[in-house]
Amino acid sequence: MATVMPAEAAPQARTPTDWQAPDMQRRIAARYRAERNFRFLGLAALLLAGAFLVFLLGTIVRDGWSGFQRTEVQVSVTFDPAVLGVDPAAARGPDGLTILRRADWVGLMLVSANRLGPAADAVSEAAWVRLRDAVIADPALLGQTRTIWVPATSNIDLLAKGKFDLDAPAESRGVSDEEVSDWRLLAQKGLIRTGLNTTFLMEADSTDPELAGIRGAAIGSLLTLLITISIAFPIGVLSAIYLEEFAPKNRWTDFIEVSINNLAAVPSIIFGLLGLALFLNVFNMPRSAPLVGGITLALMTLPVIVIAARVAIKAVPPSIRDAALGVGASPIQVVFQHVLPLALPGILTGTIIGMARALGETAPLLLVGMRAFVTDVPQGFADPATVLPVQVFLWSDDVQRGFIEKTSAAIIVLMLVLLLMNSLAIYLRNRFERRW
Amino acid sequence: MTTGVILLLVLALGAMAWLFGRARGLAMVAAASTANGPAIGAVHSRPFYHGAWVAMLALAPALIVLAGWGIVGEGVVEDQLVASLPQAAQPATALDRAALMNEVRGLASGDLPQAFNPAAPGLARQYAAVKGNFTLMAGAVALTLFAIGGLWAFSRLRPDFRARNQVERLVRGTLIVASAVAILTTFGIVLSLIFESIRFFELVSPSEFLFGTRWSPQTAIRADQVGSSGAFGAVPLFWGTIFIGAIIAMLVAIPLGLMAAVYLTQYARPSVRKWLKPMLELLAGVPTVVYGFFAALTVAPAVRNFAVSLGMADASAESALAAGMVMGVMIIPFVSSMADDALSAVPGSMRDGSLAMGATTSETVRRVLLPAALPGIVGGVLLAVSRAIGETMIVVMAAGLAANLTANPFQSVTTVTTQIVALLTGDQEFDSAKTLSAFALGLVLFFITLLLNIYALAVVKRYREAYD
Repeated sequence: MATVMPAEAAPQARTPTDWQAPDMQRRIAARYRAERNFRFLGLAALLLAGAFLVFLLGTIVRDGWSGFQRTEVQVSVTFDPAVLGVDPAAARGPDGLTILRRADWVGLMLVSANRLGPAADAVSEAAWVRLRDAVIADPALLGQTRTIWVPATSNIDLLAKGKFDLDAPAESRGVSDEEVSDWRLLAQKGLIRTGLNTTFLMEADSTDPELAGIRGAAIGSLLTLLITISIAFPIGVLSAIYLEEFAPKNRWTDFIEVSINNLAAVPSIIFGLLGLALFLNVFNMPRSAPLVGGITLALMTLPVIVIAARVAIKAVPPSIRDAALGVGASPIQVVFQHVLPLALPGILTGTIIGMARALGETAPLLLVGMRAFVTDVPQGFADPATVLPVQVFLWSDDVQRGFIEKTSAAIIVLMLVLLLMNSLAIYLRNRFERRW
Repeated sequence: MTTGVILLLVLALGAMAWLFGRARGLAMVAAASTANGPAIGAVHSRPFYHGAWVAMLALAPALIVLAGWGIVGEGVVEDQLVASLPQAAQPATALDRAALMNEVRGLASGDLPQAFNPAAPGLARQYAAVKGNFTLMAGAVALTLFAIGGLWAFSRLRPDFRARNQVERLVRGTLIVASAVAILTTFGIVLSLIFESIRFFELVSPSEFLFGTRWSPQTAIRADQVGSSGAFGAVPLFWGTIFIGAIIAMLVAIPLGLMAAVYLTQYARPSVRKWLKPMLELLAGVPTVVYGFFAALTVAPAVRNFAVSLGMADASAESALAAGMVMGVMIIPFVSSMADDALSAVPGSMRDGSLAMGATTSETVRRVLLPAALPGIVGGVLLAVSRAIGETMIVVMAAGLAANLTANPFQSVTTVTTQIVALLTGDQEFDSAKTLSAFALGLVLFFITLLLNIYALAVVKRYREAYD
């Protein structure tokens, strides 16, 4: 009976695969080709993303590097007390500073600029500030004649940097024929120079592109981040310690965990709505202030820090805890004297990454009013202020052409700070993180 | 005297309280010592804990008072000042009031040479005095509580006082309070969104909001003007959000992110991966405002020129396509890392089996790895969608404000987040339907992203468990 086998199971006579047959060769070639194409597609996806990044950064550097330079015009100024409406004797007296501050600098600038002839309009509206500062620094200038470099208008500045296409017809190139001829005249006489733009680095915002700077926004960012880190770091680390080391497994703990995980995924603008409804409208906290912006960003950064800190604490091996407990440390002592110091590099890395994200955040701050036009550097946590990314947003909205390079230059500053923070985080991770 | 100075003073006093407590502890140890050295166990806790106990009880109430003052203080001062004005001079809206107070502060600090509001100079003179009085009161309360807490704690110090256990109990309490902040934030978000939305729905019916197709929140200033009511049908907004965030952006991000992940996990040599991965991380680290600027300044004009060359004469300068494409690029690193996780969770034996049968790597990826990893990838894509629809700056800067209900990617559409920003940054009183509608939009956005996240995380988790 064992010899009876079903027909299907009978061994079939198979010819061995002929790998050299043209059909088979074609099939293999097609498969290999598909393999190469697929591999190429993968590489192309990455290269495309990389090309976008290079293009993005390249555009911004191309547009922005000239924002760190400014064009100045040389004018010859006679500091005539009569034009200024100042009594030279009184100006050297005890009230000299007040008298000098009130003098008619705008008038003096007008007189001096007119000496440039037709190119008088090339001087920025706020050029008089240079004259005032020069005399306040050295009151002996009164009555003397000096050549002084003052800022040029934005369009002359852009012309000197070659930002306009001069071959284009006058109506579409964005700069008038008068300005072009002013610039040519000044350049011919050698009355124009381009140097480091200290205004951009040392001043706050302004309505004129040639006078606008980022220092106000940078200080605003610093104040905001100080509030953020002083709230988010302690609370985040303490929550992480509780959840990892002490929390009993119950509903309350689950609820906290769910809250933290969801907060990490809530769109940032929702935190702005919270800040507006709660801090501004219920608590009546000052609008546009780093205090409110900082608290709002702290709530947003908190989950990032908690999650990073939990990972770092979890990575500390249980043997450390067991050893400490074994020699009689209390649970709190185990955590604060043994686990926390070992987890700290990881926690700091996560904190810096969270802070970098907070520094680049714009939307929630717009809603708590940190888009104020502030021409002063903020002095305290309750002063109206703006921050770097919001400054970028505000300038990008401005129609004046001179703000394009300022926006890009501000982005360069912002990206450099972010790069620095992330490098620090990577350095900390590589230098101090231990693999157990 | 400012709040900051008081805070520093309280902290310095706290350090002193710690020193006093510790000195008391040291003295107790010294008293219990004999010629043979200190008596072990005669004093229950180390001097450090005696100090910490005194400092904590002294500092805690004082710091709570100061923190509370820091939050409500400026508002109390404002209320006091504004209430002192005659009825006619009182600012009509919250924004007027904020503008007035900014002028008052500027004048008081000397930053501002002169103010527009006639009431400001008078208030500025009072400002320093009123603020000083209130701050002094808050400081006095804080210092009194400091003294009471510190003295009481100090009076309890005895050799047999269990200072360490008490301190640890306080520390545990602090830990619990700290972890409750996350819950309070969640509650704060939900409650503030719901309260403001209820006020909105008293003015506009929910069905009109959710199903209406006309969105024009611009209410006229006078009641008899045309369009004084405004229209709050949010469907064009929802469509715009989905069109940009869930369709165009995903058409860019899913293929590129997925292929990038496949290449990085299956093909790239470690040395190549070492260079390409940080590049993706760099892409993820660029602030969204930078993407927005790039989209508005570089991509949008290019898209418009392309549309014009296709024969669309009225192509909009702000197109859904420009915003969506840039957003897609922003999301690539996110999709790629989610796909990376999902692919590496597939057991190696499945991959090895397929390769051993003679399949090429691409056949293995397409026929074995991707189908096996699909639930994880879908979960990751859902998380990416939730991130894309909540993204704000790119669409604010590049997508425009016109609420069009169109599927033409070259036309301008608007999104929920764009409208929230537009509605809340204009000059408008706070209780109009226009500003309140932003909170209703926020509520919808919050719940949609929440549901997407919960669902996506559940999918990812179930998928991981299937292979564990």
